[in-house]
Amino acid sequence: MPIRTVYKAQVDHLQILDEDGKVDDKLWRGDILSDEQVVFAYDFMITCRQLDEIAFKLQRSGRMGTYPQNKGQEAAAIGSGMAAVKGRDFLCPCYRENAALFLHGMPMEYVLMNWMGDERGNKIPEGVNITPISIPIGTQMLHAAGIAWAYKLRKEDRCVITYFGDGATSEGDFHEAMNFATVQNVPCVFFCQNNQWAISVPREIQMNSETVAQKAFAYGAHAIQVDGNDLFAVYKATREAIDRARAGGGVTLIEAMTYRLADHTTADDARRYRDEAEVASWRGKDPMIRLRKYLEGKGLWDDARQAASEEKAKVLVAEVVKRAEGIEKPAVTDIFDYTFAELDPELELQKATMRTSSIGQEPSQVGLNSGERQHA
Amino acid sequence: MTATLDPPNPTTAHHLPEGTREIAFREALREAMSQEMRRDQRIFLMGEEVAQYNGAYKVSQGMLDEFGPKRIIDSPISENGFAGLAVGAAMYGLRPIIEFMSWSFSLVAADQLLNNVPKMLYMSGGQWGCPVTFRGNNGAGGQLGSTHSWTTEAIYSNIPGLKIAIPSCPADAKGLLTTAIRDDDPVFNLESERMLSDKGPVPEGEYTIPFGLAALRRGTWSGERDSDCTLVSFGRPVNFCIEAADELAKDGIVCDVLDMRTIRPLDIDSIIESLKRTNRIVVVDQCWPFASVASEVITQVCEKAFDYLDHQPLRVNTDDVPTPYAKNLEAEYLPHKGKIMAAVKTTLAGATA
Ligand SMILES: Cc1ncc(C[n+]2csc(CCOP(=O)(O)OP(=O)(O)O)c2C)c(N)n1
Ligand SMILES: [Mg+2]
Repeated sequence: MPIRTVYKAQVDHLQILDEDGKVDDKLWRGDILSDEQVVFAYDFMITCRQLDEIAFKLQRSGRMGTYPQNKGQEAAAIGSGMAAVKGRDFLCPCYRENAALFLHGMPMEYVLMNWMGDERGNKIPEGVNITPISIPIGTQMLHAAGIAWAYKLRKEDRCVITYFGDGATSEGDFHEAMNFATVQNVPCVFFCQNNQWAISVPREIQMNSETVAQKAFAYGAHAIQVDGNDLFAVYKATREAIDRARAGGGVTLIEAMTYRLADHTTADDARRYRDEAEVASWRGKDPMIRLRKYLEGKGLWDDARQAASEEKAKVLVAEVVKRAEGIEKPAVTDIFDYTFAELDPELELQKATMRTSSIGQEPSQVGLNSGERQHA
Repeated sequence: MTATLDPPNPTTAHHLPEGTREIAFREALREAMSQEMRRDQRIFLMGEEVAQYNGAYKVSQGMLDEFGPKRIIDSPISENGFAGLAVGAAMYGLRPIIEFMSWSFSLVAADQLLNNVPKMLYMSGGQWGCPVTFRGNNGAGGQLGSTHSWTTEAIYSNIPGLKIAIPSCPADAKGLLTTAIRDDDPVFNLESERMLSDKGPVPEGEYTIPFGLAALRRGTWSGERDSDCTLVSFGRPVNFCIEAADELAKDGIVCDVLDMRTIRPLDIDSIIESLKRTNRIVVVDQCWPFASVASEVITQVCEKAFDYLDHQPLRVNTDDVPTPYAKNLEAEYLPHKGKIMAAVKTTLAGATA
């Protein structure tokens, strides 16, 4: 009996805007960004990059805890964020796609507050479709599958996009989320920012598969690898994936090839494990350099606009920092809030007396010596 | 031959042999692992960032250079994966040391840790043991937010089949970890990121500290003057107890501070011995109060030494809420010195000195 091939697969890599700012016109057509939108995206990158650099400086001067810089990954965040529709679609992030969150209505100061150690920065404003930043690696992917499942059950024409890193694909959560999402055919897009490193661990040690995208095939999902520093490729691939998912056409795993230009977090020093030559080569692939070249080539940008944009960003970022730092410290009694939808009598009592974990500090709390204690 | 640190009865100070120097907690942990790896080829260390990066918290600094990539292994970000892999490797005769970057992330491996590791020996009728040492950072205090600040003492100590060590100082960190690695049963070693840079005297050579033996850090059992209250604690909060005891001593209130060093086995005998002298007890535990390690200690005290109590036993835990993120809230949430002092004073209220 001859051996039959029962499965074959290939992963395509999409690049539309190359490192020199040249665009492939054959690919950049159809549902694409208008000139105004591209100008907006570049202008927004300038703001986000500045905010990122300021956050780094805040940490260095002791005004912020640990911060994971997003520098170099702006095209992946903004391209995908623009492909999703604000208010309609839902974002389940990790921590390296701040720009996408801002596009979908997350106030910039919230992200700063969060890394400054203020839980209130994690309280997503009403009407903004974003789950809180996920610090335990991988958990948000399952939440995304769950939200998408709810959309499907309620017959809502919406889509969820979940962000994660290359390292996160090693967690069971990734595989379980992919399997669940595809088996149930829910409107969900898995967006992997493959920035080549998970702290000090490079792709070859993290996984034996050459690409992240190929993992899609194991689950019967669509797969595509894009140049993650190419705004156009990211936008196009994400847009297609979202439209397909909404139409019931299946789940897509997008692997955006990008690079973490900064350290893993401010607690890290990547020079200890990364080759300077590698970093330098990726600096040349910076998403902002090529986009600026493209815009200048089209007469949509020049030095004067650059200077104006940078100045505007500076003012805006300064205001954001002011708002983040200006917020009053939380009150100590806030410790108890939100432990339950409604505080139970024990916690109410503890909140009122601020005699808490040491149950012995307040005789009335021990329930002896005093008749004051009133339990419902 | 390996020395055993501390005589069978708890004493105030360690009996530290020759060649004792001041080193940091993290160095003490590293020394225990390295010394054991030199004498036992079956041991390997695996975890996230342990090799190339020298450990996320630099505990395994230099170990890749000494032992090579076959024994110091950077794992993918797969906690359930490497916990389960360690079980298999141990069943087949190896002696894995597994580092969790944080015990918070060990929760990803809950099925392996709760349902496989502690039961393997039991369910195989003694055939397959599971001599794995799991270790890493445990506890709040670094403003890492609720999901990253787990104190896992209570959940893990509820499980039969697990031994749980929780050092409070560098000398114990080394001795307890050595004992853990040599143990034929699974041991969880709960360390604290907040203490890794703490320095203390640590003997150079190999030594073990027997599990289930508390150390008396304050107070004496010499019979000269019994202490007024027994403070019992585990891991980092032992240091808060020492601070509180020193502060209370200024007011003439003397405390026994018992550093339990292991939660399982629990040295209840030493607790009762101290209680017989003080008749008052406060248990300080960085877990949440409900069904905590403190609850267990107090239950055992009530069961075994009720007649020695002159005041109901008290406990100081973290507040019964998820760990707050903001600095001022987290500080208040912890079982800090102020709370401990207040609890001790409560037990003494009405007592004549
Ligand atoms: C469950 C869990 N395990 C480990 C960690 C520690 N950790 C934080 S970030 C990180 C690396 C993540 O790498 P990747 O997914 O590639 O994302 P990147 O940081 O590169 O954007 C690790 C191991 C964690 N936060 N959660
Ligand atoms: Mg990565």
